[in-house]
Amino acid sequence: MSLTLLAAIPLLPLAAALLAGLGGRLVGRRGAAVVTIGAVGLACVLAGVVMWQMLIDHVPNFDGSLYTWLVADGVRLQVGFLIDPLTALMMVVVTFVSLCVHVYTMGYMADDPGYQRFFAYISLFTFAMLMLVMANNFLQLFFGWEGVGLVSYLLIGFWYTRPSAIFASLKAFLVNRVGDFGFVLGIAGVLYFVGSLDYQKVFAFAPLVATKTVPLLNGHDVSAMTLICICLFVGAMGKSAQVPLHVWLPDSMEGPTPISALIHAATMVTAGIFMVARMSPLFEYSQTALSLVLIIGATTALFMGFLGVVNNDIKRVIAYSTLSQLGYMTVALGASAYSAAIFHLMTHAFFKALLFLAAGAVIIALHHEQDMRKMGGLWRRMPVTYWTALIGALALIGTPLFSGFYSKDMILDAVRATHRYGAGYAYWCVLLGIYVTALYTFRMMFLTFHGEERLDHHTQEHFHDVGWDMKGPLVALAIPSLLIGAITIGPVLFHGFFGDAIRVLPRQDVLGEIGREWHGALAFTLEAFMSLPVYIAAAGVFTAWVFVLKKPAWGDLARERAGLVYRILVNKYYFDWFNENVVAPLTRAIGTALWRDGDQLLIDGVAVNGSAETIGWAATVTRHLQSGFLYSYAFWMVIGLAGLLGWLLLHG
Amino acid sequence: MLPLILFYVFATILVAAAVGVIVARNPVYSALLLVLCFVTSAAIWILLEAEFLALVLVLVYVGAVMVLFLFVVMMLDIDLEALRAGFTRFAWLGWITAAVVVLEIVGVVLTKRLGINVMSSASPPLPADYSNTSALGTLLYTRYVYPFEIAAMVLLVAIIAAIALTLRHRRGLKVQDIARQVAVRASERVRLVQMEPEQRK
Amino acid sequence: MITLAHLLTLSAVLFALSIAGIFLNRKNVLLLLMCIELLLLSANFNFVAFSRYLGQLDGQVFVFFVLTVAAAESAIGLAILVVLFRERRTIDVEDLNRLKG
Repeated sequence: MSLTLLAAIPLLPLAAALLAGLGGRLVGRRGAAVVTIGAVGLACVLAGVVMWQMLIDHVPNFDGSLYTWLVADGVRLQVGFLIDPLTALMMVVVTFVSLCVHVYTMGYMADDPGYQRFFAYISLFTFAMLMLVMANNFLQLFFGWEGVGLVSYLLIGFWYTRPSAIFASLKAFLVNRVGDFGFVLGIAGVLYFVGSLDYQKVFAFAPLVATKTVPLLNGHDVSAMTLICICLFVGAMGKSAQVPLHVWLPDSMEGPTPISALIHAATMVTAGIFMVARMSPLFEYSQTALSLVLIIGATTALFMGFLGVVNNDIKRVIAYSTLSQLGYMTVALGASAYSAAIFHLMTHAFFKALLFLAAGAVIIALHHEQDMRKMGGLWRRMPVTYWTALIGALALIGTPLFSGFYSKDMILDAVRATHRYGAGYAYWCVLLGIYVTALYTFRMMFLTFHGEERLDHHTQEHFHDVGWDMKGPLVALAIPSLLIGAITIGPVLFHGFFGDAIRVLPRQDVLGEIGREWHGALAFTLEAFMSLPVYIAAAGVFTAWVFVLKKPAWGDLARERAGLVYRILVNKYYFDWFNENVVAPLTRAIGTALWRDGDQLLIDGVAVNGSAETIGWAATVTRHLQSGFLYSYAFWMVIGLAGLLGWLLLHG
Repeated sequence: MLPLILFYVFATILVAAAVGVIVARNPVYSALLLVLCFVTSAAIWILLEAEFLALVLVLVYVGAVMVLFLFVVMMLDIDLEALRAGFTRFAWLGWITAAVVVLEIVGVVLTKRLGINVMSSASPPLPADYSNTSALGTLLYTRYVYPFEIAAMVLLVAIIAAIALTLRHRRGLKVQDIARQVAVRASERVRLVQMEPEQRK
Repeated sequence: MITLAHLLTLSAVLFALSIAGIFLNRKNVLLLLMCIELLLLSANFNFVAFSRYLGQLDGQVFVFFVLTVAAAESAIGLAILVVLFRERRTIDVEDLNRLKG
């Protein structure tokens, strides 16, 4: 594995982004698409080569630096790559989904004036995301982290003439700032306790750091590792949209659909999951932090699923589904089943991107109609989209043999096996979450593709099925959505695929425990029919069928009966209300107070202008000494001489 | 013993003259009393066997600088009474300050000793053929030759500056300008006039 | 026997008198210049005395330079005084408070 090869993987998309973004008319619309797709495709092939070398040729892990940015006080800040199976897996997922989205974009954005800009952005995103996953130190991780955050901001606000898009992009940016603040504090903690930002050094020091404590208020000591891990996890909460920093993700659906698929479902939002898995050597030493991860994840998994049930916007339903699935991954992290989290991350990347792209195809076909109440019966008009979406939906709810089944069931098993504080709560949340997932997923499927057609006149007239440039990626994503789980579950989870990339303390190794009873994917599938989750999911699908297709009137009835619950759900638990009416005014009040009293009064008033005025006043007073009369100068000189002589007499 | 008596005599005259310089009503008296100060100082310096400086003081200061002062004092039409106004207002302050400074200097000299025995140290005897002038001259033209040249420059500059400051051209004076005389041409001096011939009646 | 103390005291008295003179005649530029001459004289006294009693001639060389500079200073000072008097018809220091001519 050569450094040149590795450097080419992120740099190709960067070069393409610069070319497409700055090339202007020289490159043209066609050229921008060709250049970026070519670059990302090449990167995807190279990532595949890396994966091949890791898996088949058993090349050892690679850890090397490309460039030393600066050395400050003994800390080397470098650009470097750490390539191990975890990174290789992420690289393949990122580049593959990115490639699919690039191709799909050609159709989706065909008549958008920002065509070139869009390609530049998603290529830039691919670069940043690759830098993030390939990093071998915290600084580069942070660089990639902020890079994807920036591109996410740019792309949510891609249609910058819409006020709602601008609002959503700002919201995403600000909420992520909160998380990033925690993340930076965590990195600072690492630097403080270890004195290095290199992964390998930090991980080697982890047992030592675990013994240290930090004095907090009045004598209460906190484990340093807990503090660092919680800070890092706050970063993950922002990026991976965990409660209560999840509010930006549903709004991010203001961006174009390919973006929702690539950034806000498959890759960027999983950066937090990846980061925690990457930091597993640290998190393993803090029970408190892992419990927090577990509880937050479980809460997100269940309660965000509920919101999907009441939403009518097709993209938002999938967005809430993403939130919920991210919660599942977080739960797996909290249960020390990092491999299961990454496994779910991978399967989810494929089937959620597939669902988003399918939803995008529907939206384009219906001329930018996103309200599910105005769809219905589309399966006859869009067969390819329907079947691929069905594969995605079945994978999402965890139907046996589909990829999502393996990853989700494994998370369930892991939570059941762990004894960590909060595990009971988490187990019930994820179990109930399965029902909710099935309910909202098939509510969406039934509303969109089945039943009678509820298209309005305008859409009816302009309806046109999408071309193969959009169907192609759907098929390309449907294949892994269907198959990847069954093929890879054995090697990824139980046969030591990740090696030492993910480190679990032996007494917390829930996956190892489960692995002892592992008899292959087929046996696992058959066992599932004798356990609860499959039937829970089936119950969810059945409920959706009853309420949507069989007795639509029941839906309205339930809405009336459970008015309060419905109102809470529609208002998204009042998180936005709370942020807009409590957090924002409070922050603004503090800011105003600091500005007026701290800045204007104290710093400007007393320190800056005050010192100037004091000097001015002193000068006004002492100015009278400078009369311009020789005799007064002589007098003062003599007074000085007399004083000097007196001092000499007394002390000299 | 004789030198000490002479010293006291001259010192008394010197101090009295100095007091006279600063309290005299007329600047002419002040200037003349200052001359007296310089002369007695020169006498004391001769007692100290610094003959060359004593003579320079008399020749240069009394002969040139003080004469200059007198010239100026007499040349300017000064309203003396206006200048005396306010003489007594700060007089007490001046005298007190002067007294304090004197006391302090004497105190410092007496208590600190300055590394030498000021009270009893006799001046080292000089050789019989000692010439202050030639010794000083040797030093000036060898070790201090550059400062000496610079001092000469300072004096030159002072002369030129003083002339440049005070020189003025007054209009209407009958002065001879030789350059213009030499450069004159016939056309400027001789005017040819055409006249009609006179006719006899 | 003239000791160093005699000379230093005499010089201190001269110095103090000249300072008192600067205070007393604070309006008359001419007298101020004379007082400065007196001040320099007292300094010269110290130079000559120390030079004599330490047996080093360098002090007297310094007196020589002080005399030179003092002569130059009074020449220029008087010249300025004359010019000033022509402009203002006065040599009162309190009236000479403007740099602009």
